[in-house]
Amino acid sequence: MANVSKNSRMNYDGVAVCVPVTIPYSRYSLRSAHWFCGRALAELIKVAGIAKDEVDGFCVSSFTLAPDSAVGLMQHLGVSPRWLDHIPMGGASGGVGLRRAARAVQCGDAEIVACIAGDTNHVGSFRNTIASFSQFANDAVYPYGSGGPNGSFAFLTDHYMREFGARREDFAKLCIAQRDNALAFPHALMKRPLTLDAYMDARPIADPLCLFDCVMPCAGAEAYLVMAEDRAKSLNLDYARILSTIERHNAYPDDPIQIRGGWAMDVDGFYDLAGIGPEDIDFLQVYDDYPVICFMQIEDLGFCKKGEAAEFVRTHDLTVAGGDFPINTSGGQLSVGQAGAAGGSLGLVETIRQLTDANLGAVVQGARHGLASCFGMINYDRGLCSSAAILGRAGA
Amino acid sequence: MTTRLPPPKKKDPIARTLQPTQPPGNRSREAQGLTAMAAVGRFALQTCAACDRVQYPPQQICGNCLGDDLPWRDVDPAGVLLAETKLHHANDLYFRDRMPWRLGMVKMDAGPAVVAHIAEDCQQGDRVRLSLNLDRSGHAVMNARPETPGPNQEDDLQLRELSTDPKDRRVLIVDGKTGLGLALVKAFKAAGARAIYVGHAEPWKTSPFLEEIKAIAADAGGITLFPLDVTDTDSVEKLASVLGGKVEIMVNNSYHLRPGGAVDGLDMNISREEMDVHYFGLLRLAGNFGPVLRSRGADGDHGACAWVNILSAYAQVNNPAFGTYSASQAAAWSVAQCMRAEMSGGGVRVVNAFAGPLEDEWHQMVPPPKLEPDMVAGRIVAALQKGLEDLAIGAVAEEIAERLAENPKEIEREIKL
Repeated sequence: MANVSKNSRMNYDGVAVCVPVTIPYSRYSLRSAHWFCGRALAELIKVAGIAKDEVDGFCVSSFTLAPDSAVGLMQHLGVSPRWLDHIPMGGASGGVGLRRAARAVQCGDAEIVACIAGDTNHVGSFRNTIASFSQFANDAVYPYGSGGPNGSFAFLTDHYMREFGARREDFAKLCIAQRDNALAFPHALMKRPLTLDAYMDARPIADPLCLFDCVMPCAGAEAYLVMAEDRAKSLNLDYARILSTIERHNAYPDDPIQIRGGWAMDVDGFYDLAGIGPEDIDFLQVYDDYPVICFMQIEDLGFCKKGEAAEFVRTHDLTVAGGDFPINTSGGQLSVGQAGAAGGSLGLVETIRQLTDANLGAVVQGARHGLASCFGMINYDRGLCSSAAILGRAGA
Repeated sequence: MTTRLPPPKKKDPIARTLQPTQPPGNRSREAQGLTAMAAVGRFALQTCAACDRVQYPPQQICGNCLGDDLPWRDVDPAGVLLAETKLHHANDLYFRDRMPWRLGMVKMDAGPAVVAHIAEDCQQGDRVRLSLNLDRSGHAVMNARPETPGPNQEDDLQLRELSTDPKDRRVLIVDGKTGLGLALVKAFKAAGARAIYVGHAEPWKTSPFLEEIKAIAADAGGITLFPLDVTDTDSVEKLASVLGGKVEIMVNNSYHLRPGGAVDGLDMNISREEMDVHYFGLLRLAGNFGPVLRSRGADGDHGACAWVNILSAYAQVNNPAFGTYSASQAAAWSVAQCMRAEMSGGGVRVVNAFAGPLEDEWHQMVPPPKLEPDMVAGRIVAALQKGLEDLAIGAVAEEIAERLAENPKEIEREIKL
């Protein structure tokens, strides 16, 4: 078979990813997750110029639909899809949803799949989400007071800094570059530049993490469509192609504390399928609820060796404006906000924008390949899910 | 080195008393296994019967071989502190009131990595020892201390939240006129209690033990005697109105033992008296002292923390030789269980100490082993220092607990202890 790569995985030929949509974020909202997902669908079909009924597949990710699931959402939205997936993988749901939807389209189980990730944020809803996040978290983390991922990432950051010699200044450089990128992005909740002094002197949250190391929970949605290339062409839609994807769950369970994610297990096959290497990536979107996990992704996705991300950050300009290695080109979650499960699709949607010339903010000039990486679910002491996708400009 | 905690100052009557709050207390059924271990001071984790893997957090399936026979076994509590953090922010009210708060991630020699509260003296990279303790919600949490404890360890504010240490606290001993009452006075004095209040009934009756308590009080100070008759509601009410707001540890040593069963040697008056002392007595104490103790659960670093019921091991299974006495103890035990739920709102621990027969006048005809009061008192104070919730004191009580767990029918037929 021509479309099978040397690691015997089928590639994604013929699949188009298009119509990047962001429903503007707000710190708190009285709207429900159903509203954010519904507005995302409305925007998707408006931009694509299709009727609601033409979307015959849905891939949904949300923490705050309860007591509903994706099924209930279908009745809210008045649709009758023949293919439906609910991806309960938080920050990793973006990359995972993409590959599920692509295969459904490729195999003909659905013609047009709307991938929608959205969450609301009422006052107190973040607290409720983390108060019953998982059995292990309820039993063995939440009672200790850290109230969510801050404590867990404080451990990972503390350990990483001591193990590999990363400094707070290195994390600062990433956060500041992302903020620079965010200043051009209209939906970013953070509107002011971040200075090194402001970063270093910020209010401590959980040592060594301070305020600007921690993502801000908010409400919002991210969405895009997956369909056959021919269909995208006939609809006159700019699209990106999928060169490769990976996902992994509960990687390296014997590591006593997380220093790497599932990407490291899958990175070779990831680039094999894509037929390109890390040096061909024009911009990188990493999952950034806390800077330390960005460092791990830079390493695990092959841009530098384990433990060398700090040096990599020191020696590269990470901004879109004049940078030699643009990261999180819309500002990432640290500057845009974390709209629950939508955080897992923020980088992916921005990647589609960059590769389809649909930019809302800073433009990576001449970009042909973008990599979006996702991470999620601190079930107990570490993030369990990783996923990533390499997208390419159509025709590139 | 742990900072020496200054003794409590006189309370500012205008300042608002901190309302008691609890750390999150929502646990799965499996995790309640940890609570069972912490209650008796064991460090035991699920260990797979098939593959010996030590597992944490608890779950219903072995994460290695998928077996489902996961008995709780004592495991090596040693490990290394891999990472630490000091929390400055929390959503939970209990922790917000107590910021900053230190946590660590410990890699156990036995396998698992655990999130733990860490003592002031623990630093990243240190060898540490873990323990399972009950927190103020009454549920088990992991704690790490240095392998070699430093001085003033008992003053570590985070650890104090988990223990019920009598040091610098005020203790009321109910029915202090007995041999055990005297032993308790001495043990609490030695443990650094700030004040010891001794309740005693029937003041016209002399007792050599009471005389000795008076002598210690005259000599060392810090000990005050009060009339208290648990069979008299007025007496309990009166003392509660005087002392209620000052007691941080309550020790119910009410004791009225007479031989006799239901069929053999029944004496209705005696059995009524036993109920009046042990069951109604505890109810009177609970109703009058309980609410104020509970309200003071977060009253400074030396707030109210424990209510100790000294019960007979025969509360758990009736000894026909002391049949009506056993029944009154069973009734008291049931009240204690009720109190445990009620007092948890203030984070005040209800400690049940089950003792075997004492070496005293009423156990004259009982064969040994019988317990020396000093040993019983010492075990109770040690349990408070460790923060235990249930303890079996002496060989008889321990055997009863073991046999009840193994086969309750067997001990019912063959108690003979």
